[in-house]
Amino acid sequence: MNLLAFDWALLIEKLVLIAIIITISLVVAMYATYGERKVAAWMQDRVGPNRAGPFGILQPLADGMKLFFKEEIIPNSSNKFLFILGPCLAMLTAMMTSAIIPWGSELRIGDRVISLQIADINIGILYVFGVVSMGVYGIMIGGWASNNKFSLMAALRGASQVISYELAMGISLIALLMLTGSLSLKTITEQQMAPGHYWNVLYQPLGFLIFFVCALAECNRAPFDLSEAESELNMGYHQEYSSMKLGFFLFSEYINMFISSVIMATLFFGGYDIPFIDESKYNPNLMAWLGVGALMVKALIFIFVFMWIRWTLPRFRYDQLMNLGWKALIPLALINMVITAVVILKYFN
Amino acid sequence: MQALTQKSKPVSREPMSLMEKIYLPAVLKGMSITFSHMFKKKPTVRYPEETRPFSPVFRGLHVLNRDEEGRENCTACGLCAVACPAEAITMEAAERKEGEEHLYREEKYAARYEINMLRCIFCGLCEEACPKDAIYLSETFAPASFARKELVYAKNDLLIPNPKTEPEAFAKAKGLKPIK
Repeated sequence: MNLLAFDWALLIEKLVLIAIIITISLVVAMYATYGERKVAAWMQDRVGPNRAGPFGILQPLADGMKLFFKEEIIPNSSNKFLFILGPCLAMLTAMMTSAIIPWGSELRIGDRVISLQIADINIGILYVFGVVSMGVYGIMIGGWASNNKFSLMAALRGASQVISYELAMGISLIALLMLTGSLSLKTITEQQMAPGHYWNVLYQPLGFLIFFVCALAECNRAPFDLSEAESELNMGYHQEYSSMKLGFFLFSEYINMFISSVIMATLFFGGYDIPFIDESKYNPNLMAWLGVGALMVKALIFIFVFMWIRWTLPRFRYDQLMNLGWKALIPLALINMVITAVVILKYFN
Repeated sequence: MQALTQKSKPVSREPMSLMEKIYLPAVLKGMSITFSHMFKKKPTVRYPEETRPFSPVFRGLHVLNRDEEGRENCTACGLCAVACPAEAITMEAAERKEGEEHLYREEKYAARYEINMLRCIFCGLCEEACPKDAIYLSETFAPASFARKELVYAKNDLLIPNPKTEPEAFAKAKGLKPIK
């Protein structure tokens, strides 16, 4: 009776954890749309949404409601199955990455130790890369299934951008992995928390910069939002989409932004580490909760920087984008990797 | 080729220097500019709650005036309609009957008085033409409407409240401070 020996409490615990994390990601993404509009407004000396509720706090709900009640249009000549699959894939891949992120250390309830991570797999970063590169299928399939040449071209722009920036992103991470010697995000976080160790960004500043620029491109955020290009280039890959299917595409962008912020915080900024405090001296449960808070604050700061950049920089032209990716970021990442390798071989071996 | 205006600015076409090619200094400079804008004073006027003050000569919606005893000033002479460049004003005159002295100041009055707000250009010439101080332009806007006919304002829409029976509404319409 192997089935009965199974730890059912573990299943329930993980299910609850999954529900909470997905809800949090959705709520953060929802309020990121609000934050985006507020930040944009402030940077342009405007007030921003302030009509729905106090300070416009209900604006995301109103937007969501509007999208739900809009007419659903599926073009006659489109491939209906793929047309619907596109936004689903975009949303799915956006949510999937959250599974391996360590959101906090461990909670102790009675005898039970609950890890605040859905799955601590030892190939964590590879999993992230796998899922992120699947994200481009949402764009590609959505753009192709619309049977509209402008959508298709926008999707191609997006796909080529994501593929070229993934390379530099991967190489910049290799340097980090040589330093940590582990692919598991939990281990990487714990290494940074260990006494005598600093955050990885201090050891890999160039690597972080490259990773950050590539994360902007991977999320299709300005200045690399060529696949969307709202005000120009005919809207982008979701031109034929309406109602909540469009909402899913837009929403997945914000979830991606949140998740990539969390991943950057985990890889380079100590994850749930609270700076200047030795966590092991205090009550572990309290520290676990504070750690979750610290990770959230770091992620929110990153989200703000994402928005800050969006409302400062103009969009790259396509050839500039490719030049930056292939001729600047990839060589830089390679140099960074070689230097890291040499330093590790020479001094830490 | 000779330039058509003096406004053109010379643009450097030289290839970018290394500092410019790195982008980052310029990016950081731009970001510091946008960040400083976050704390600047917003020029926004939150409209329904706040309104911009109008100048005393602002020409808004028309008001048909009454005298201090609450009698209509207008005698339907038609000078405003003649003066109106947009031909927005229409009226019909009538003779004051016995016992209507408390309603109309003089023997003749306007039985019908309409201003088509879709035609009106708010030039204020009717106000200037009026010999009886019966029409003037207030400091309010013409509100939007879904139907054309609702924007043809009849006498009821234009008349100022009676100072005898509704002194507060009258003071408000006049723009006077409430009398205590």
